Amino acid sequence: MLQADLNIIAPEIILSVYAMLALIFAVYTKKDALAGLLIWTTAALFTGLAIWIGMSGSGENIAFDGMFVDDGFARFAKVVILLSAAAILLMGKDYMERRNMARFEYPLLVALSVVGMMVMVSAGDLMSLYMGLELQSLALYVVASMRRDSIKSTEAGLKYFVLGALSSGILLYGASLVYGYAGTTGFAGIVMAAGNGQVSLGMLFGLVFVISGLAFKVSAVPFHMWTPDVYEGAPSPITAFFATAPKVAAMGLFARVLFDAFGGVIGDWQQIIALLSVLSMFLGAIAAIGQTDIKRLMAYSSIAHMGFALMGLAAGTAFGVQALLIYMTIYVTMNIGTFAFIISMEKDGRPVTDIKSLSMLSKREPGKALAMLILLFSLAGVPPLVGFFGKFYVLRAAYDAGLAWLAIAGVIASVIGAFYYLRIVFYIYFGEETDALDKGKSPILWGFLMASAVIMLVGVVNLFGIETIAANAAATLVN
Amino acid sequence: MIGLEHYLGVAAALFVTGIFGLFLNRKNVIILLMSIELMLLAVNINLVAFSSYSGDLVGQVFTLFVLTVAAAEAAIGLAILVVFFRNRGSIAVEDVNVMKG
Repeated sequence: MLQADLNIIAPEIILSVYAMLALIFAVYTKKDALAGLLIWTTAALFTGLAIWIGMSGSGENIAFDGMFVDDGFARFAKVVILLSAAAILLMGKDYMERRNMARFEYPLLVALSVVGMMVMVSAGDLMSLYMGLELQSLALYVVASMRRDSIKSTEAGLKYFVLGALSSGILLYGASLVYGYAGTTGFAGIVMAAGNGQVSLGMLFGLVFVISGLAFKVSAVPFHMWTPDVYEGAPSPITAFFATAPKVAAMGLFARVLFDAFGGVIGDWQQIIALLSVLSMFLGAIAAIGQTDIKRLMAYSSIAHMGFALMGLAAGTAFGVQALLIYMTIYVTMNIGTFAFIISMEKDGRPVTDIKSLSMLSKREPGKALAMLILLFSLAGVPPLVGFFGKFYVLRAAYDAGLAWLAIAGVIASVIGAFYYLRIVFYIYFGEETDALDKGKSPILWGFLMASAVIMLVGVVNLFGIETIAANAAATLVN
Repeated sequence: MIGLEHYLGVAAALFVTGIFGLFLNRKNVIILLMSIELMLLAVNINLVAFSSYSGDLVGQVFTLFVLTVAAAEAAIGLAILVVFFRNRGSIAVEDVNVMKG
């Protein structure tokens, strides 16, 4: 019995044992000199596990009396999380090493946070939900303040910690109410207690608190205030990490809680999610206009993108979840490319994040400028690029579910949002002549930027077949 | 007779105190950490009260997990605070303002 359970959580066990052993090994041997090696092995392990999870798993496996669920939805999210984390680790390696930030703890903390994310998307119980969420968050707080001698990085870590802990507290308070009024912490039990469309007042309060806590983690408005500061303050490779894997995990957890535990009372949470979605899309689109720092701008961009992803969730249908998964995958791919570019932005060896420094990049590095043009158009959702299809799916899901007003609001927000992406394109192609940025030397960053841009173009054909995979994954969650 | 609602009332009061402590406090980051602890302990009272009144042990197990995580959280929070203090030379909340927002 135990053996079967352990087999189901084997990837998580392997990853956490690896992280702990590597930590002890590095402490007792060469410490930071091993950082480069550990980044490579961790990234290789992530990729290996992603292939294993993607190829092997089938059906729905439940471990530890429903605490841990391994189904198609969890596997889809895990593959995206692992691959994006591996890509970000490799992208940041050169940057970290040249700035004396390549500590051996960095890849291992990322590995531990990835274990937390994998538990999050597989959670079948309020307890495993909380433990996964905290494992992820605690590792990320430390990673955010990784640059110990920088006031910005430590301030980002402090802000992230205080607001993250607040959101965990709110989520936990909701969890305690749900436990009290449902009489169990298992999602299977909660969905039965709330199943007949009748939900007690205490449980409704619990649901609202849980949603608020999760909205913090996905940085949806009105719980977004930590995002711009943390994105700006943390070192670029770490910002890139924050913008990708944890967002997928938090969205996965969001969908899992709403459908597995509260799938019987969709009418009760649908309006809340729709409201979060509208506010996020508009605030993300409008507040980004005045930004001059590209990392801050990406923070508002990610708030807007989370609004669109929540639109898929608000639909409350299997198609909505499918749209959510497709949207998140596309979002992560675009962000990896964009951040590969941001990490490579530097002048005289120092990182620059001012948008104006990109002026006339097209003359000096036409290849990179073109790739960036494609990515920014895709982020804005300009057809025929892949980013447009992500938006198209969530809009259709919302429309099909009878939320036509939400779909219309989404279109308006995406038109407003297109302005600031195009502003960057304007600087790249028509800006004034300024001091040139250094030419990017890292072939890894160049490779990721180009690969991501090419995917945005080629993916138009059939989205690499991700549509049917996401449909199957969504079908396992919503039934 | 002290019933479930009394325990829930105390927990809700503590929780709200914690949230207000986070938002109204303008002095010291340590007080933020204390407010966070207060929130988590309010949750623990909730869990134990529910557990005891429904005769279900799961709530108490949950409480132990929460306590453990709260300890780890406090350790990490203090560590970040120490690094911040070394850079800034102050732990006043109004000095956490290098970045606007």
